[in-house]
Amino acid sequence: MGDWMELNHNVNRRKFLTSAGVLTAGALLPKALALAQTQKVRVGLMLPYTGTYAQLGVAITNGFKLAVAERGNKLGGRELEYFTVDDEADPAKAPENTNKLVQRDKVDVLVGTVHSGVQMGMVKIAKENNTLMIIPNAGLDAATGALCSPNIFRTSFSNWQPSYPMGKVLADRGIRNVISLAWKYGAGEEAVAGFTEGFIKAGGKSVRGLWIPFPNVEFQALLTEIASIKPDAVFVFFAGGGAAKFIKDYAAAGLRKTIPLFGSGFLTDGVLDATEEAAQGLETTLHYADGLNTKRDRDFRSAYYKAYTFAPDVYAVQGYDAGLLLATGLDAVKGDISKRKEMIAAMEKAKIDSPRGAWTMSKAHNPIQDIYLRKVVGRENKLVSVAHKALADPARGCKL
Amino acid sequence: MFYLIQLLNAVQYGLLLFLLASGLTLIFGIMGVINLAHGSFYMVGAYLAYWLAKLTGSLWLAIPIGIVIAFAIGLLLETAIFSRLYKRDHLYQVLLTFGLILIFEELRSILFGDEVHGVAIPALLDYSIPLTDTLSYPVYRLFVTAVCLGVAGLLYFVIHKTRIGMMIRAGTSNREMAASLGVNIPLLFALVFAVGMALAAFAGTIAAPISSVFPGMGNQILIICFVVVVIGGIGSINGAMIASLAIGCADTIGKVIAAEYSAIAVYLVMALILLWRPQGIANKA
Repeated sequence: MGDWMELNHNVNRRKFLTSAGVLTAGALLPKALALAQTQKVRVGLMLPYTGTYAQLGVAITNGFKLAVAERGNKLGGRELEYFTVDDEADPAKAPENTNKLVQRDKVDVLVGTVHSGVQMGMVKIAKENNTLMIIPNAGLDAATGALCSPNIFRTSFSNWQPSYPMGKVLADRGIRNVISLAWKYGAGEEAVAGFTEGFIKAGGKSVRGLWIPFPNVEFQALLTEIASIKPDAVFVFFAGGGAAKFIKDYAAAGLRKTIPLFGSGFLTDGVLDATEEAAQGLETTLHYADGLNTKRDRDFRSAYYKAYTFAPDVYAVQGYDAGLLLATGLDAVKGDISKRKEMIAAMEKAKIDSPRGAWTMSKAHNPIQDIYLRKVVGRENKLVSVAHKALADPARGCKL
Repeated sequence: MFYLIQLLNAVQYGLLLFLLASGLTLIFGIMGVINLAHGSFYMVGAYLAYWLAKLTGSLWLAIPIGIVIAFAIGLLLETAIFSRLYKRDHLYQVLLTFGLILIFEELRSILFGDEVHGVAIPALLDYSIPLTDTLSYPVYRLFVTAVCLGVAGLLYFVIHKTRIGMMIRAGTSNREMAASLGVNIPLLFALVFAVGMALAAFAGTIAAPISSVFPGMGNQILIICFVVVVIGGIGSINGAMIASLAIGCADTIGKVIAAEYSAIAVYLVMALILLWRPQGIANKA
């Protein structure tokens, strides 16, 4: 009797357990399937939101989110979930900050950053973890050169790229001897190297390099040097506050009248409120310009203005294009981010319909794009001409 | 000719450094406070110049108003915060003033944004004197140099020829003794601190048209100011003057010879001077 009771009890329990198991499995199964389809794509935004480069980080984020919003906030049928880290443009914190997104938040895509030093740290971690990464600004040549990788894309430029065409512009004007002046750090050295290569190739004779430690802005002694050497022209790489100060110092020293000044576009981007008269007529080369006067650019500018109530700049365009590139990849695999190979192949073949003009990806994953010659008129960098059509970075050392 | 111009560059840069470093050396020497936020006040001055010049339409008005505001902020900081830390270790002061740097930067970002701004040179001084066929010298720079010389003279006079200067010198060499002889040390400290801050802010306002106004501008200049203070001898205005000119020359000569290594020239001079006189140029061993 006792045995029967025991048996009966066991059977009941087993019956209960199995039926319960079936029930729960039944309840969970469709849910799990649905989850795989509707789960959001995890996007890590690692950009500077404080400090000197804060404005750039904000512009890039705005541009990126505008591109996503224009697609109904869904890429490849899936919504995005953002994970944001302020990298403070501090290279020392780059590995830790990158790992927050890669290890802790397990992002599917990493978007960042502005500062080349921070980018170096990000590139290393993205390579180790095989994380898909889109660079929306930092120009260090190595990212799509010696350190290039199938999972690393760039939607901005390489430091070499905007300066190289300026060499030919100067040589074509009969300029033979140039002094270059730049901050002695990665971006400055790579920009000057690009310029020098283009200048010598196009018939220029010599480029004498003057350097100043980063971020020193005491230019007076060097301006005196330049005045005593009397070159045919001066080519510089400065950005931000240093650029504004240099432009003013150069004009105040009376050098604008006798020795023409040229630079890569960062010299006159975002500083024209500060420089006023001193910058008028300055010519620079960059992958974006005011007054491109295409429908694409006008539409972008009015949409950006509507969304954020201020005008976009080159950084907003780069962020926007990062959004477009990710959209191309996710559309190709219908949002299934596990199909990494197909996704990368689609991104490599992407033709990005950018406000700056359509561009394609180079083998090393850097834009093949038009570089514009621009001239400062009022507070705008007005388009003068296309300095180099569809320019590709040489991607030295890349084995892709 | 170009050597003469380079000498002018060196003196002009050196004098601007002096204007900044004089406040730092006073605060450091007399009160024994390591004030890392000194550069922030340079920035505060520059942003005040930008804001007030836009508001009033004249840099001539912006400069005195800016000095008064900076003096008031200095007084407030001293009485509210710094006065509580005099008896503490230097480490507390470093922490406090580093915190102030962050607060000032963040306030700047909230109030003025992160863009680069320019301050127009007053029309009266907005021209350049041609020196050679290629090079001109901006008159405003010469004006800044003259003002720095004027301030240096005034400081020298106040410290060496007036009663308050006597108290300051007494406070520098022996705080307790000066206090026991009836010098009102808390008042003296508050005054010196506020004057130091006002000097830094004044340097910022007057340099704003040359340097532009941008985030982090104070931190760039802070290190070099400390170099000047240490070489010159802590607390000594005369020493700061000599050291400023020495650094101005070292930086300029460095830039002429090998610009990319000019940062080394400054520290080389510092190392040599400290080997020769570890207590600084002006201080007795």
